[in-house]
Amino acid sequence: MAGNKSHTYHILDPDPWPLIGSLSALTFTTGMVMSFHPDVFNFGTPVLIAGLIGLVFTFFSWFGNIIREAHAGDHTPVVQLHLRYGMILFIASEVMFFVGWFWSWFDFSLFPSTLTEVVDGQWPPAAIEEVIDAFDLPLLNTLILLCSGTTVTWAHHALINGDREGLKKGLWATIILGVLFSCIQAYEYAAAPFGFGGNTYSSAFYMATGFHGFHVIIGTIFLIVCLVRSYKGHFTPRQHFGFEAAAWYWHFVDVVWLFLFIVVYVWGGWGYPTH
Amino acid sequence: MATTANPEHVPAHSDHDAHDAHHDHKPGFFTRWFLSTNHKDIGTLYLIFAIFAGIIGGAISGIMRAELAEPGIQYLGWWVNFMGGEANFDQNLHMWNVLITAHGLIMVFFMVMPAMIGGFGNWFVPLMIGAPDMAFPRMNNISYWLTTVAFCSLLFSMFVPGGTGNGAGTGWTVYAPLSTLGSRGPAVDFAIFSLHLAGAASILGAINFITTIFNMRAPGMTLHKMPLFVWSVLVTAFLLLLALPVLAAAITMLLTDRNFGTTFFDPAGGGDPILYQHLFWFFGHPEVYIMILPGFGMVSQIVATFSRKPVFGYLGMAYAMVAIGVIGFVVWAHHMYTVGLDVNTKMYFTAATMIIAVPTGVKIFSWVATMWGGSLEFKSPMVWALGFIFLFTVGGVTGIVLSNGGVDDNLHDTYYVVAHFHYVLSMGAVFSLFAGFYYWFPKMSGRWHSEFLAHLHFWVFFIGVNVIFFPMHFLGVQGMPRRYPDFAEAYAGWNEVASWGYVIMAASMVIFFVNLAYAFLAGRKAEDNYWGEGATTLEWSLSSPPPFHQFETLPVIEDHHDHHHHIKPAPAH
Repeated sequence: MAGNKSHTYHILDPDPWPLIGSLSALTFTTGMVMSFHPDVFNFGTPVLIAGLIGLVFTFFSWFGNIIREAHAGDHTPVVQLHLRYGMILFIASEVMFFVGWFWSWFDFSLFPSTLTEVVDGQWPPAAIEEVIDAFDLPLLNTLILLCSGTTVTWAHHALINGDREGLKKGLWATIILGVLFSCIQAYEYAAAPFGFGGNTYSSAFYMATGFHGFHVIIGTIFLIVCLVRSYKGHFTPRQHFGFEAAAWYWHFVDVVWLFLFIVVYVWGGWGYPTH
Repeated sequence: MATTANPEHVPAHSDHDAHDAHHDHKPGFFTRWFLSTNHKDIGTLYLIFAIFAGIIGGAISGIMRAELAEPGIQYLGWWVNFMGGEANFDQNLHMWNVLITAHGLIMVFFMVMPAMIGGFGNWFVPLMIGAPDMAFPRMNNISYWLTTVAFCSLLFSMFVPGGTGNGAGTGWTVYAPLSTLGSRGPAVDFAIFSLHLAGAASILGAINFITTIFNMRAPGMTLHKMPLFVWSVLVTAFLLLLALPVLAAAITMLLTDRNFGTTFFDPAGGGDPILYQHLFWFFGHPEVYIMILPGFGMVSQIVATFSRKPVFGYLGMAYAMVAIGVIGFVVWAHHMYTVGLDVNTKMYFTAATMIIAVPTGVKIFSWVATMWGGSLEFKSPMVWALGFIFLFTVGGVTGIVLSNGGVDDNLHDTYYVVAHFHYVLSMGAVFSLFAGFYYWFPKMSGRWHSEFLAHLHFWVFFIGVNVIFFPMHFLGVQGMPRRYPDFAEAYAGWNEVASWGYVIMAASMVIFFVNLAYAFLAGRKAEDNYWGEGATTLEWSLSSPPPFHQFETLPVIEDHHDHHHHIKPAPAH
């Protein structure tokens, strides 16, 4: 905190984590490349893990600092507004990331290749004998995620009304539903009638749903952090942006799933033999 | 609209002294420059980084111009040996591909973008809107450091196997299948991760700029009073935010195609290399506006300052940039006219692309109208800005030629295209960068450069780049293709001319660095508002250089309804 400022913006002291985080990110991506090419490099995996540890440590410390600053009163109303803008804009960029994966899905499904027998001008491609029944586990997962959207809202309303027990119950329910979704998704992958890659369907299917699954895991971790914080008595009915950001992120993950369910599972496999 | 400090907000005198003693207390060297949370220091880091990357990217173009000075392969074998390879025909040609790839990626991601947005954006957006810093000062620093580690990843790629030699030889567009089946080595993976890291840096920076501009404007600084440079950075930040994630998805598909057996771009599995081009250019076309819009903003400030008039058609200028940003998202396939698009698609993209000339014309004519009847002063930033307006217009006009799908069938991938995009970038973006640099250098450093050397730099650079790039129009129309290190005897004459142009341009850069050295060693001290009454934005109310933390009492912008710009001295800091 510098000077005798008469404004309510948050002027931060110098901080080591941006530098440490960036070096960890470089270590992580370098380790990835090295592990992709074991013929050229040794020790790819250790480098990758070292980078990952650095990244996790950075996230932990960085967000820990944000929480500490919130308790120190640095998050004035305008700073809270910054955080809201930041989260909304971050989610907007995430939406555009998924646009890329949906773009590939629509390209492949609307214009199936006639150049190879793997696809043979049809969708799903000829190499895909059966698809996952959209109205089996994917429908169950849809209901789970929609339900988790209501439980996180329950938690939010409980928090606003000063009902801390309701907050904890709502968060527990949401986290359990999120973990359940991930488990069912993992089982669905394991039992899927087609493998990873080799044709357009199983490339776009696994990458789109896989990145969604990764976001579910991130969102679940975010909610778990909120649960731990609610046990520590962190949130107040008036100031609880950490919780709101987690809830927004969770709703974003939920909406992406609805598009995946409709476009990939229902429309993308319509009328095709199911597993 | 006038910019004055509201006396009510000036702290009591005793407080003021304490604050005076405190606010220029700077941390130690390592803490200040490696762990910074100060927008001006981070801006300085970005500018130094951009100059450093520009030297490397510029040196690579020197190697290329030397090779292209006459027909045949002259020097590539030497460079292959220098980089630890074994000179032979395949490796020599691969070295050429590595050079053009590195030149493009470095100049786009590590020179122009860091200088414009990271450098000048960081320095002057908070100052111009009357804010004490950026909204997220820590995130600001990770944007910078992610950019530097991204550059490291690109440098790693030059020393490991790529295709038929070391380095990523895919072109800056990283088109599949050259980047997948054609370049199996780890070099391309390093280059892809370099783009991922630089993209993450830019997305975080975009979030920071948008949040800062929307929420940290000083009291009275409404959106419609905001300096046009701030408008330009706002539009640029939205383009970054929405375009870069699509690139991230596309290059992630490259990674999984390369390493995990997906077939997004592999026809053997039904994939489509053209899909990569669509995804790339959905990012890539907004990217070219990302590189030029902050330049538009700087030129608007500079032309108004040295005409001693408010910019002509302020609102039209602001919304022209918004229009360019929006339309910039729906024209991408004009980069792909020769891939087999059907004629209706080409018609749409031709029409949509030509429409961009309308808001761009609004800007060009408004700059001219700003000067019309103005009290013109040809200081160094102004001559660079005038050079920008002239040369960017030349590049814009050849852009209209190329926007036509029918004409482009003939000119696609010829030197005409190279000439076009160097006129809008090496002369558009880079001229605006030098204009901004000479405009603000004394403000940032507190010391004067030599105006004589700055003018000399301008004229030698102006002649140099025109001698390099104007002949490329002729070469392109004659049919010389891009991306080849060798060419038919018929193209020898203009290629030799272009290579001599590089020598002139390089000499001008020596003048630039001499000028920098002069400023730091012997430059006289700069006043607060050294450009005089034409300079009306808030950074001119501060000392040169500004205090470590400025605006600890927020300035208040009053509307005098007389459309004259007044600037009153800031409260003594």
